[in-house]
This record gives sequence, C-alpha cells and structure tokens, in this order.
Amino acid sequence: MDMLKKFSGSSLFLPVVALTVLLIFNTLFVDGFLTIQMTEDGHLYGRLIDILNRSCSLIILALGMTFVIATSGIDISVGAVVAISAAVVCTLIGGRGDGVAQMPMTLAVLAAVGVGVLCGMWNGLLVAKFKIQAVVATLILMTAGRGIAQLMTEGQIITVYYKPFEYIAGFLPSMPLPTNIFIALAMVLLVAILMKKTSIGLFVQSVGINPTAARYAGINVTMVIFLVYAFSGLCAGVSGLIESSLIRAADANNAGLNMEMDAILAVALGGTLLSGGKFYVGGSVIGAITIQTLTTTMYALGVSADQLPVVKAAAVIIICLIQSKKAQEMFDRWKASRHSQQKNDNKAILGKAVKQL
Amino acid sequence: MKKLIALLLASVMMIVAAGCGGGEQAKDNGKSAGGDKKITMGFSQIGAESEWRTANTESIKKAAEEAGINLQFSDAQQKQENQIKAIRSFIAQGVDIIAFVPIVETGWDTVLKEAKDAKIPVVVVDRDVKLADDSLYVAKIGTDSVKEGNNVFKWIDEYMTKEKKTPRDGGSQYNVVVLEGTVGSSVAIRRQEGFKDAMAKSPNASKYNILASQTGEFTRQKGQEVMESFLKSYGPKIDILFAHNDDMALGAIQAIEKAGLKPGKDITIISIDGVKGMFQAMIEGKANCTVECNPLQGKLLMETAKKILAGEKVDKLVYVDEGVFPADVAEKTLPERKY
Repeated sequence: MDMLKKFSGSSLFLPVVALTVLLIFNTLFVDGFLTIQMTEDGHLYGRLIDILNRSCSLIILALGMTFVIATSGIDISVGAVVAISAAVVCTLIGGRGDGVAQMPMTLAVLAAVGVGVLCGMWNGLLVAKFKIQAVVATLILMTAGRGIAQLMTEGQIITVYYKPFEYIAGFLPSMPLPTNIFIALAMVLLVAILMKKTSIGLFVQSVGINPTAARYAGINVTMVIFLVYAFSGLCAGVSGLIESSLIRAADANNAGLNMEMDAILAVALGGTLLSGGKFYVGGSVIGAITIQTLTTTMYALGVSADQLPVVKAAAVIIICLIQSKKAQEMFDRWKASRHSQQKNDNKAILGKAVKQL
Repeated sequence: MKKLIALLLASVMMIVAAGCGGGEQAKDNGKSAGGDKKITMGFSQIGAESEWRTANTESIKKAAEEAGINLQFSDAQQKQENQIKAIRSFIAQGVDIIAFVPIVETGWDTVLKEAKDAKIPVVVVDRDVKLADDSLYVAKIGTDSVKEGNNVFKWIDEYMTKEKKTPRDGGSQYNVVVLEGTVGSSVAIRRQEGFKDAMAKSPNASKYNILASQTGEFTRQKGQEVMESFLKSYGPKIDILFAHNDDMALGAIQAIEKAGLKPGKDITIISIDGVKGMFQAMIEGKANCTVECNPLQGKLLMETAKKILAGEKVDKLVYVDEGVFPADVAEKTLPERKY
C-alpha cells in the first residue's frame, strides 16, 4: 500500500496511467494485441514488439528534446537533422545494386552521427552564444536541413543493398529483438546513469528555472545550453540511422518528417513543462511509447485514412486531460457538488413524503 | 450550364486556332515559299527533383529534336516566379506555342491571359492547373490516374485466373489490402477510384474483397508500418497487396519478409509508377507487377503541338500511353528504364 501511495505521488504516475489506459483499451478491442510469437528464425513477433521497434527513434529524439526543453529552449530542427543523418549514411555506403559498401559501414555510421552532432552544435552556438531565440535559431536548420539532405541524395531515394546496414534497425543473427531497441535502451541507461552519478541534471534544471541565478551560482550557462543542443543533435543523428535502416534507404523528403512535433509532444506527455525547469526523462520515454501505441492502435482498429488525424487528435486531448492537474481538480469538484446536490434532492423528496404521510 | 461552358470553350478554341492560323499565314507570306517553316516551342519545366522528372525532361527534348521543333527550354528550379518569367519571355520572343509543367495549381491566370492576348496557344503538361477560365489553355497532356487504377485491377484479375491461385484462408474470395497515397491528393483519389470502378464492373467482382485500406502517405516508411499492422490483423488472410505507388510497396515488402512470408508468392504485390527499385524487386521475385505512370510525354506533346498549329481540333485532355510491367518482363525492361 505504501509502495502504491509512493508511486501515485511520483512524477511517472500520470504518464504511466495514460499508457496503461491505452494498452488496456487495445487489449479489449484489438484481437491478439498481447500475443507475442517466435518466428522460425528466432525473432519475436507481435504488436507489442512493433510498438517498441517503431518508438525507438522517437524515444531517442525525446531524450535529447527533454534536456533542451528543460533549459526552457526548444529544438524544432531534429526532424530535418534525422533526414540529414539518413542521407549521410546512405550516400556514404552507397546504393550499389550488387550489395557492396563504398565505404566501411562503421565509418559511415560515425560520420552520420558526427554530422548530427555538428548540426546540434550549430543550433547550440546560435542559441547559447548569440542568444537567438531557440525557435528561430532551430527554424533555420528545420527549413534548410531537408534541402541539404536533398542535395546530398541529389533528390533521389537512395536504396542501400549492403546487407549489414539492415542490422541497425533489424535483427542481428540469433537475437530475439531488433537492434534499435537495444540502442534506445543503451541511450536511456546512459542518460539515467549520468543523472544519478553527476550533477548535470541539476545544472540543466537550474539553467531552465533561472539562468541569471544559475550563473551567479557558478554554472557556465552558455556551456550548458550549448551542450544540451549538441546532445539533441547527437540523438537526432542516431535516430536518422535507425529511420534509414528501417527502410534501408534515405528518403530526404520524408525521413523524420514532423518528428520534431512528436518529440515535443512526447516530452510534454511525460510531464516536463515547456517553460523549462524540472524535467522527467522517464516520462518522456513513456510519452514516446504512448504516441507510437496510439498510432499502432489507429492502424489496428482500421480507422479510415481521412479520419485518422481527427481521431488521433481527440485521443491526444484525452491523454492530456487525464494528466492535467487542473482538469482533475475540476472533475473532483464537479463530482463533489453532484454528490451534495443528490443528497439535498434526496432530503427534499424525503421531506415531501413525510409531509404527505 | 455545362452546355454553355462547352459552347464557350469551343468558340474560344476556334478563336485561338483561327488566331494561330492567321499568324502562320502571315509568317508564310513573309517567306517566299512556305512549307519548311520550323515551329518554335517555349517549354518551362519545374526542375529536376527526381529521376522521374529528369526522364520527363529528356523525353521532351528528344521528341522536339525528332519532330523538328525548335525547343526553347527553361528550367524553373522549383519556383513559380521563374516559370512565369519564362512564359513572359516566350511571349516576348513570339514563340509559336508555349508548353509548361505547372509547379502549383493556382496563380497562372494573369500570365496565361497575356499569352492568349498574344495569340500564342498554351499546352499544360503533366500536372493540373486551376483557372477561372479554362479557355486559357488549349490542351492538357498527362497521365490518367483513373486508368492506372483500372489497369491494376485488370492485371490482378488476369493473373489470379491464370495462375489459378486459391485464397490463402481457404475461402471463396481473394482478400485485398490497399496502401493508399496521401489523403486528399488527386492522384491517390483517382487511382483508388479507378481500381474500385474496374472491380465493380468486372464479372469476377464477387471473387475479390477489399479487406482493409489505409494511407501510407506515398512513403516507404509508412507503407512498411501500415503493412506491419495489416499483417498482424489479417496475416493469414491477405492474398493481394495493391499500393498506390512503388515506394510504399517496397516498404511493405520488407514488412512481409519480417513476418516470415514470401512477398510476391504468398502475397501478390502490385503497385503504380514503375521506378527502378520496383523492377529490381520484381527481378528478385519479391513483387509481381507495376503499372507505369509514364513520364515520357514528349512525343505526344510534339504531336499535339503540331496539330494545334495546323488548326486541327485536339481533345482538351490528352493522355499518354501507360504500360503494365509484370515480373516476367522486368529483367528485360530494367536496362531500358529511364527513371
């Protein structure tokens, strides 16, 4: 009981409730939602695995986004950086039909992540050093990024036939789960350890709450903000690898399209305020999974294509309302008032009946 | 109302045609003996955003050369204002005919009015325009999305009968899943319409059942994701996959493989466009057919242009021929594919 109370008071409680509601809904209305099978070649197969597999890149993006938002910034360029990173890795490995890589894959992967970090550093430079508003600063890469990716791929979709490239978002031999799940897990763990063992989290939080006070307290605010954006770029770079490996191709127009918005939504669903300050990494991860679960649910229920955005929006509103403290208070008050009214009504009826007697 | 518009159109076309005829006559008079006059065409292309577009451009350049038409080519680099500038300069040069691929649907009224005032006929190529007055262009050349949808169903029906395939769930109907294009895009709507129409009209209509239809937004990613979900919901039932474009089919193929099924064998796969990647997949035996969306519109454009300038009546909508490429011809066709 104590555990339950402790959990219901924790920051993770509401995001977990929202996700659980969604999962219960799925279990009831989607046939075989919880079924997980083993395919002949030893891979796990089922809707739950799909959700995890597909939410990996969003989880990673949300990680980076959480820190950016915690410093009361925002990074709307991550979707475009995903496209750039995808373009880099695919053009370097090359789309040769005979399945030979033009460049060793490790090098291409490092280059893609490196370019992601560079993009993040560019954003960090603009925001931290030149004090340009975060939305405007990252808007530059958001619009230009896809153009850069297009230039690299020369406007074509580059399909990679080099076999090992699939492993990034596919199954390594004799592994039951796709590699990207492990990548996401590793990144989450890394962040968790950093939060536990170092005071980076505290630095970020104090910058978000009051940068001036943080500076007086001896924190290098410029450096913290710069690093936060660079980390977001790193996350976008890794995401780009996963996204391109999923389809074994770089599609500059569509890779990571609108993902920045999903990442921001994931962070918001996780309970981090967009005004910065206190942040919840675990919440963001659960938020990302919730978003992907929602998409999968829509497909599983067969919501028709033209209604899809509306239904999704309605679901997001409901999830947000579940998590809103204000909405909860209002609901409680409404319930209380109804309760007391009912009591009054009952009394009146009783009174009448007594009189009649 | 329709009749009135038709009448109006016809009369305007007559005027345009007469105008051209007049122009030609005047020029012919200028030369001592007419007959060997070379037509000049001003052509404004969007740019070179894809292999498909490049093939489109090359086809037009080549066809002009073969038809003996002097082509003034202008690349708009994805900007409407560049196209408008190009068309204005064509008017100033006094070309015989103007053709252009509109990058967007709207905003052409003024410049096309200028062309009309200069009595230069205009042909719209490949994409649609929205004008208050349709008489501003003489003809539109493009691809017929409805027919592409039609062809998809026809091919499926023939193939299923020929191969004597039996529904995988042992029932009496083939189950079809559809990956639609971007919601609301004209191409997606028309391809779907053509497919459903052909199915409804076919004597074998009762043999097919559309199990599910969902948007894959014309991308590989979404095609893959939606197919994954289809497979979870109806895995052992799906017989046929129809994707509105090749890219979604290519994404779906990966999803089918992941589910331990054989694309092209367990599930018959057909899509539209005819890009090289799809041919590659067909050669590997992972897909069955692609219905072409033909960028090679040059020849038809030159023929139509000649007809217009000769004063012949042309249809307002002219469609290019579009082939159907099943897997057995893929290997032979791939080297010839231009996009």
